[in-house]
Amino acid sequence: MIVKDIIQILDAEIVYEADMDAEILSACGSDMMSDVLAFVKDQSVLLTGLVNPQVVRTADMMDMHCIVFVRGKNPDQTIIDLAQERNITLLKSKYRMFTACGKLYDAGLRGGCNI
Amino acid sequence: MAGLRLTYDIPSADDDFTRAGEASGSVKKKLRQIGYNPEAIRKVSIAMYEGEINVAIHAGGGEAIVEISSDAVTMKLIDHGPGIADVEKAMQEGWSTAPEAVRNLGFGAGMGLPNMKKYTDSMDIETEVGKGTTITMVVKA
Repeated sequence: MIVKDIIQILDAEIVYEADMDAEILSACGSDMMSDVLAFVKDQSVLLTGLVNPQVVRTADMMDMHCIVFVRGKNPDQTIIDLAQERNITLLKSKYRMFTACGKLYDAGLRGGCNI
Repeated sequence: MAGLRLTYDIPSADDDFTRAGEASGSVKKKLRQIGYNPEAIRKVSIAMYEGEINVAIHAGGGEAIVEISSDAVTMKLIDHGPGIADVEKAMQEGWSTAPEAVRNLGFGAGMGLPNMKKYTDSMDIETEVGKGTTITMVVKA
């Protein structure tokens, strides 16, 4: 799966476009950034309902390529600028967290860990 | 590689939470530029980012001193905040004193210090209630 595929699966809108052909190995869905930092390894997309610049910083620290804001949430310009600086794609989807994660799982994406 | 020393001011989350994480981001960039071991970069990035967030939200800001050598990266986070009353408890996963406002920002899950320990080869906490905290973390190359 690549970033472009996520747009189709989640009927998502592009907020900021970085590398749309970056390969997505696994995903993580969380509103708690510390949980993302604790458990994520080699995950390339973050689904979140949290909208602040720390989402981008967290994704950057974990070398993620793409952030999906669920439930149609709108990131502000500060977030977009930071994503541009860090070369991370921002998408927004109208689906809620559970449904968005389910759709990606259904399409074959996994959590990147055994449990 | 000659040793490299970087210093950063960490702003208080009350003043500017947007900037919390800037120092970690800059260290990560620097390590990449000098071609440091990617696994070590990841560990340094996560540990320092968590530490920086802690200093910003719990201590009203502080400073970070990062020393990079070919053997290891040493991160020292210094603040003059309230100190940690019970270090043992603070090290437990899920235990947090973070207020609701901080939780709403996506932190305060009680994973900060445990994450910092998890991703570093050594972590030393010097703390005194009412005086502040200095945390020294080392990640081997």
